[in-house]
Order: sequence, then C-alpha cells, then structure tokens
Amino acid sequence: MTKRRKLLEFVIQGLIRLCGYSAIVFVALIFLFLLQEGLPALSEVPLSSLLGARWYPIQNLFGLLPLLLGSIVVTLGAAVIAIPFGVATAVFIAEVAPRWMREILKPFVEILAGLPSVVLGFLGILVLVPLIRTGFNLPTGLTALTGSILLAAMSLPTIVSVAEDSLDAVPKSYRDGALALGATKWQTIWRVTLPAAKSGVLTAIMLGLGRAIGETMAVMMVTGNAAQMRWDALFYPIRTMTATIAAEMGEVARGTTYYHVLFLIGMILFLISFLVNILASSMLFRAKKRAERMLS
Amino acid sequence: MRISRIVTQRIAFTLLTLVMAATMLGILAIIAYIFLKGLPALSPEFIFSMPTHGMREGGIWPAIVGTVYLTLGTAVIAVPIGLLAAVYLSEYASDSPFTRAIRIAIVNLAGIPSVVYGLFGLALFVLFLGLGSSIAAACLTLSIMTLPVIISTAEEALRSVPQAFRLVSVSMGGTRWQTVWRIVLPQALPGILTGVILGLERAAGETAPILFTGAAYFLPQLPKSIFDGTMALPYHLFVISTQVPGMPVKIQYGTALVLLIFVLAMNLVATLIRSYYRSRRQW
Repeated sequence: MTKRRKLLEFVIQGLIRLCGYSAIVFVALIFLFLLQEGLPALSEVPLSSLLGARWYPIQNLFGLLPLLLGSIVVTLGAAVIAIPFGVATAVFIAEVAPRWMREILKPFVEILAGLPSVVLGFLGILVLVPLIRTGFNLPTGLTALTGSILLAAMSLPTIVSVAEDSLDAVPKSYRDGALALGATKWQTIWRVTLPAAKSGVLTAIMLGLGRAIGETMAVMMVTGNAAQMRWDALFYPIRTMTATIAAEMGEVARGTTYYHVLFLIGMILFLISFLVNILASSMLFRAKKRAERMLS
Repeated sequence: MRISRIVTQRIAFTLLTLVMAATMLGILAIIAYIFLKGLPALSPEFIFSMPTHGMREGGIWPAIVGTVYLTLGTAVIAVPIGLLAAVYLSEYASDSPFTRAIRIAIVNLAGIPSVVYGLFGLALFVLFLGLGSSIAAACLTLSIMTLPVIISTAEEALRSVPQAFRLVSVSMGGTRWQTVWRIVLPQALPGILTGVILGLERAAGETAPILFTGAAYFLPQLPKSIFDGTMALPYHLFVISTQVPGMPVKIQYGTALVLLIFVLAMNLVATLIRSYYRSRRQW
C-alpha cells in the first residue's frame, strides 16, 4: 500500500467517523441553544404567570396552559380519528391485501406522507372550514376539530407504515399454527397476529401522535389561534404551542422576555418529542429482544 | 357456530376494506381536487413571471426558483454528511452503547417538530453565526432536519448489500474504504437515491423551519447570493392563503398545484427508482 493511499484511507475514515457522530452533536446543539434562549424566561416571568390561564404577551401575561391545552385537544382529536383508520389500513395492507395490491397501496400512503402541510392547511381553509361551520352550526369553522382532522391525515402515514412493519415482522409460523388449529383468517389476525405485534402497533400510534403534536402550519391555518381555556374546546378556536411560535416569532425582538418565552415553548416541544421517541424506541427494542428469545 | 365465525370474518374484512378504501379515496380526492381547481391557473406566464399588484396578479417564478435553490442547497449539505454517517453506521461502527446512542439521536432528530428546527436555525445560524435570514441559514436548518431520513434509508440500503461482496473485495486486498467506495456504495446506490429524494421532498414542502431563517414575504427580484433571503413555494402558499386579503382563489390553487406537482414528481422518481432496481436485483 502506498503512502498516499494510507493517508487517504486515514482522512476518509476520520471524516466518516465525524459524520457518524454528527447526529449526537446536532441533538446536543439543538438542546443547548433552546436552553440558552429559553431558560432566561423562567427567571424573567414568575412561575404563577407561566402556569396561568391567560396568554396576553402585550400585558406580560405568559400563561402557557391554554397553549398546552390547545395542543393536547387537537392531538387527542387527531388520535380518535387516526388510530382506527391507521391501524385498520395497516392490518389490511399487511394481512388481507394480495401482493399486487400492497405494491400499489404502500406508495399511495407514502404520497400522503409527502404532502406539504401548507397544502393540507390551504385545502382545510377553503373546503373543511366551511363544512365544519355549517355542519355543526358553529359561529366559525376555525376550530380544534378542523385541526384534528388535518392532523389525523398527517399522522396516518406514520401509523400505517410503522404498524405495518411490525405486523409484517410477526413470524409466519404463528399464523400457520393458528390456521392449522382451524381458526379463520380473521380469528388469526385478531387473536394471534395483532396481539403479537402489539408493542409495534402501540409504538406506531405514539410516533404518529408525536408527529401530530409537533405539526405547525396546517394547525395554525385552520384552528383560529385564540388562546382560551374551555372544556368544549373541540368546537371552538384554540391555539397550539407550535402555532404560537410560528405566528409570533417573526415579530418579536431578540433578547426580550417574549422571545425567551417562545424558546421556552420550543423547549417543551423538544422535551415532549424526546420523551415520545425514547419511549417508542425502547418499546420496539424490548419487543425485538422478546421475539428473539421466543424464536430461539 | 361455524357459520357465525365465517360471518364475523366477512363483517371484519368488509369493514377493513371500507376503512382502507376511505383512506385511499381521501388521498386521491385531495390530489384530484387540487389538480382540477389548479390546472386552469397554470400557464407559462403564471410560472415564469414575477408576482404583481401585491401578489394578486402575475406569476410565482421567484417562489419556484427559491424552492429549487433551497432544495439543491439542502442536498449539497445533507447528502454527503448523511451518506458518510450511514457508511459509518453500517460499515464501521460496532454494536456498542455509543453506537446505540447515535441511533437514539437519529430517531430523536427525526421526531423534533419542524418549528423547533426553525427556532434552532434562528438561534444558531441566523443570529449566533450571523448569517442573517438567508438561503444559507435556511438550507443549513433544512439539512439537519433532512439528515435522519437520509441516514436511516441509506443505512438500510447499505446493509442490504450481501456480506459476501465485502469479503471478496477484502480478500483481494481492497482496503475498507476501497470496498465501500467501489463495491458497497454502487450496489446500494438505488436505495440511497430513493432515501435522498424522499428526504429532500420533505425539505421542499416544509414551511416552519424556513419561517424565521430565510423565507421572504415578497421580493421584487430573484436572490443574488446565498446570503439573500428568498421566496419559497410553501411559504408563498401560506402567505397568499392567510395574509393577503382579497387574494384570487385561482392563484392560490395554481400555487398549491405547482407545489404539489413539485413534490409528487420527486415522490414518483423515488418510487420508480426503487421498483426498477428491485426487479433487476440479482441477489
């Protein structure tokens, strides 16, 4: 081996290593910058204000509860719609559809994953909002429900693809065993395949909802952005954490309390997605370990 | 008893089929509706001219150019880093706790809300590094967001190359990097390309990360350097559908359609590459 080749090998190896570590570096950087810009908010705004129910930044009232409630209501609404649709579609694709149909359906779901959220938000404004207003006889169609429907569409691809993967990973011998005992195809799915893929399906739901709570544009466009607390929030305008950042960051001066509070909201969103993803991946990891044990 | 089991199955399968059909029809309806409403707006003028009269007339050329710049810029940054990271994970890394930490970091990057990327880009690239609201800052922000998609799909493609290929190369005196560069990468290329395109598709359609890092409401001319801000299709669609009163619906649908075509074309190319090479693969 020539000297030059050795040097090249060394340099490239170093580069590869560096890029390999990049993901950790970026996660750390994101967290550090959110901390640096967000933490000052905790000392500048009294905790009682942060935990209050009023979000009026002009009057220095930074109550995060209505925003948190808004995000939760929209996400729960999305869950109610997306879970049955997503899981049923995944079961159909993985267990019922013949091979040729799978090859068509899977790219189709991928198309939905690729639809920009502004496009959905735009259609939401023009089509869904009037429908909701007249359908439920509401003063405005810009409601949490409208946001939930769009979010359901957006979290569907994640739920379908992760759930389908986990159904696919159930060993064929399980199904063969059930069928050999005289179970119908549906009994096999319901009593054997789905329970065996349970943790994967749960992970799929978690990841889908994690995606939903972090979605910004479509939600901002159709939910009306009114920070209010009420228990029938589903049928009224709400304001989510993501929409608050997106709508207000542009007008805020750097270094002000307002600016720091918006970064604090970003930190909360980061921590939520961090928790969801750690939980989801540890669930998948454990499920894999268990499957390996059972098969060996 | 026997009949009831079969009836149950029939009911269950019918329900599943209905739900699946509703999902698919919904997706189809969204796309068809935008095509129907948007096609009348499309014309060479609409695509190639500047917006006029407070964006209520004229075309969307600067937004199209901006999205192309942003997508290419993101590719230039994210593809090499993502690819090398995937090579590291599939060819170099051992199964240590540290490698597991990298994987967890990748999963987390993929899950971070896009608007948080926007905040991060604002804090690091726009303000701390002083790039200002610019194409450069927006591309860097989008790159980090795209990275996990590229890394995980590229790694999967690299791993699907059979071990025997590597063994032969090494046994003939190839170094590790020669093996990767001459043997493994070419074999995995179609899979990598698919992942790269799908990642860039997401970047092209995103609005939240570029809101505070480079997107401009309106610019009278095209950006001249990477330190200028730029208009972009998704942000433009957001602006004209929420911020401009009295906006003609036709232009809105036209813009939505152009963005949709942009994204669908990338999706189609990715799907075609994948199915073409999968059918030709000999191992």
